[in-house]
Amino acid sequence: MTRINWFYYAAPARFYGLAGRLVPWCAAAAALLTLWGLWIGLVVAPTDFQQRDSYRIIFIHVPASWMSMVLYVAMAFWSAIGLIFNARLAAMLAQAIAPTGAIMTFLSLWTGALWGKPTWGTWWVWDARLTSELILLFLYIGYLSLRGAIDDERRADRASAVLAIVGVDNVPIIYFSVQWWNTLHQGASVSLTRAPTMAAIMLQGMLVMALAMWAYAFAVIFARVRLIIREREQGAAWLRGLHPAGALP
Amino acid sequence: MTLAPYWSSASDFLAMGGYGLYVWGSFGVTALALLMELLALRGRRRRLEDEG
Repeated sequence: MTRINWFYYAAPARFYGLAGRLVPWCAAAAALLTLWGLWIGLVVAPTDFQQRDSYRIIFIHVPASWMSMVLYVAMAFWSAIGLIFNARLAAMLAQAIAPTGAIMTFLSLWTGALWGKPTWGTWWVWDARLTSELILLFLYIGYLSLRGAIDDERRADRASAVLAIVGVDNVPIIYFSVQWWNTLHQGASVSLTRAPTMAAIMLQGMLVMALAMWAYAFAVIFARVRLIIREREQGAAWLRGLHPAGALP
Repeated sequence: MTLAPYWSSASDFLAMGGYGLYVWGSFGVTALALLMELLALRGRRRRLEDEG
């Protein structure tokens, strides 16, 4: 068995090429999975006997909510790696994840409000699930603002890494909020420990949309980290060799 | 598990059983937000290229 050298791609110069090769595949997967998921969720799946067609919001709401939490954990993870090993690429990855995470969190809240109105009779309640998800949005916004406020990129890496790591405890709070507190928000429909409480076709649509969101997030984050590498490594010899002035792709 | 469309007509599809505003408000804003993210990325790349 050949040993994989995980540090090989820790150099931004090498990761830049790898990410570039991955972007089109992730983007194609995202497009195909989105079409498939939308076809199942909006066209094929029958209506729900209780919530009627308002339940179709689930095909965006749940995948976006999952991504909002997964991306925050990924951002905190790469922030920690960047801080501990003083690794530039890890910090750049965290920086690249934040905007997409913030958008997913906004979409989770937005679709939740549009779902809450017809089913609960209100756009918003200060319930534990909704409030902790709103705090997640503020954490993302705080992270991005802090980065934007510090000119020196390496100092911005360290300061924002601390914020990301301190805020990560909010993710299990979001996840378990529906068990720990009495919430208006319902419990999990899908869990690893028991059978899902929804029809097979609805579950299938939701999982396909979740995979689509994953593929989209990978495509966008790899594309963004490439731009961040180029912005931050401007003047580096390898980058000038790759993109001579006036000959950019 | 059948893959035949559930809807009998296009107007049924758009009405979403009376929940059209909520359903299309969710899917539409999601599409808009992701499109804006992609355009922002393209703008960022162009700025980088203009600087040379």
